[in-house]
Amino acid sequence: MNYTWNWGIFLEPSPEGVGTYADMLLSGLSWTIATALCSWVIAFGLGSVIGVLRTLPSKTANAVGTAYVELFRNVPLLVQMFLWYFVLPEVLPTEIGTAVKQLPDAPFYTAVLCLGFFTASRVAEQVRAGIQSLPRGQRLAGTALGFTVAQTYRYVLLPNAYRIILPPLTSEFLNNLKNTSVALTIGLLELTARARSMQEFSFQVFEAFTAATILYVLINLVVIAGATLLERAVAVPGGR
Amino acid sequence: MFSNFDFSVIAASLPYLFGQGMVFTLTLTALAATGGIVFGTGLAMMRLSGIPGVTQAAKLYVELMRSLPLVLVIFWFYFLVPYIGAWVTGSATPIQVGAFASALVTFTLFEAAYFAEIMRAGIQSIAKGQSAAASALGMSYWQTMRLVVLPQALRNMLPLLLTQTIVLFQDTSLVYVLSLTDFMGAASKVAQRDGRLVEMYLFAALVYFAVCFTASWLVRRLQTRVAIIR
Repeated sequence: MNYTWNWGIFLEPSPEGVGTYADMLLSGLSWTIATALCSWVIAFGLGSVIGVLRTLPSKTANAVGTAYVELFRNVPLLVQMFLWYFVLPEVLPTEIGTAVKQLPDAPFYTAVLCLGFFTASRVAEQVRAGIQSLPRGQRLAGTALGFTVAQTYRYVLLPNAYRIILPPLTSEFLNNLKNTSVALTIGLLELTARARSMQEFSFQVFEAFTAATILYVLINLVVIAGATLLERAVAVPGGR
Repeated sequence: MFSNFDFSVIAASLPYLFGQGMVFTLTLTALAATGGIVFGTGLAMMRLSGIPGVTQAAKLYVELMRSLPLVLVIFWFYFLVPYIGAWVTGSATPIQVGAFASALVTFTLFEAAYFAEIMRAGIQSIAKGQSAAASALGMSYWQTMRLVVLPQALRNMLPLLLTQTIVLFQDTSLVYVLSLTDFMGAASKVAQRDGRLVEMYLFAALVYFAVCFTASWLVRRLQTRVAIIR
């Protein structure tokens, strides 16, 4: 094996002029985290709405929810990313399209929207499964108490459903975080992209990728630890 | 918005898109799914073996793969496979590995982690009494696995394995980062050559949607059939 290891590479200045290679990777890490968190807000909000739509007694609401989930689940993320980034500005009215293209940090906003809508379809499936796993009696009890449909969801079904689906939601959150790396194809300088450019500049392939791997594993561990704490904090006293 | 939509670009590139791109995508999906299920089953058996060291090694592999983004793993193996090849063949310099071989190794090893979790659930879904009965009949561990546990586990998990294969089919589009000519790669090459991004990417999305939607509909039908038999 004729690979020359050089772990000191991280402390050497990066060709960008400011900071070291380590700073470069950390800047990538912060873009990864920012993208993951912002897109999660959309995914969680929109996903909950779509998930609820699929459990409502209305046929139209069901159809809308199902159509959304099928559409966003059956097209690869990379293709969706390109549609948002390359196609959307072209099909918008010219002035808006040009304005969108000239936005600073356009890859970031695009990635947030794309991942938000993509992950929403997965969150919707979890929310639906959570609501459907509740005993029928809970919905009926809500109605018997004189709650409107909205109140039944707000005070009875959703608080229970979210507690049940907390573990699968955690893995959806982690998937969303990992999926941010697909945004490197539209020029977002997130962690994987930074590791890749470090490899291109310094030729230290394995150091760069090892560092990125360790950082991803660390974020995973932090998220899992956070989810465990959250689960404990929101557990119903005296529940399972 | 469709006033300057040029369908002839799509028509002209159909042979290239399907003859080269889709064939690549389907070949990669089929081979990686087969390899992934075989290796994943091995990992699941290792993880359930209870042998100290073996269990932990399988768990570490699965957890590590599942915590990394596929794009990073694709890059890892793209640079690592030549060195692994050199190590296997005892060569002094990294050997040249084709991009397809590299992608195949990547997807097989990456998806194996996901298939392993499905197979683990499948093996655990077989009642303990069955392997106990097999032992009582004098079967060895391998006989029990081959003749009793795995056929049922595979059958129970077939819908999930196929769904994961659909996910794999979608994931293969990420070989784009290695500039390979899979379906998406072919679409994007035509798109950039002719400056027809809108048409080509919309068409690619449509094709992926049609294939995945049909496939998942078939899996759902299969699922109800399997459910009736059980």
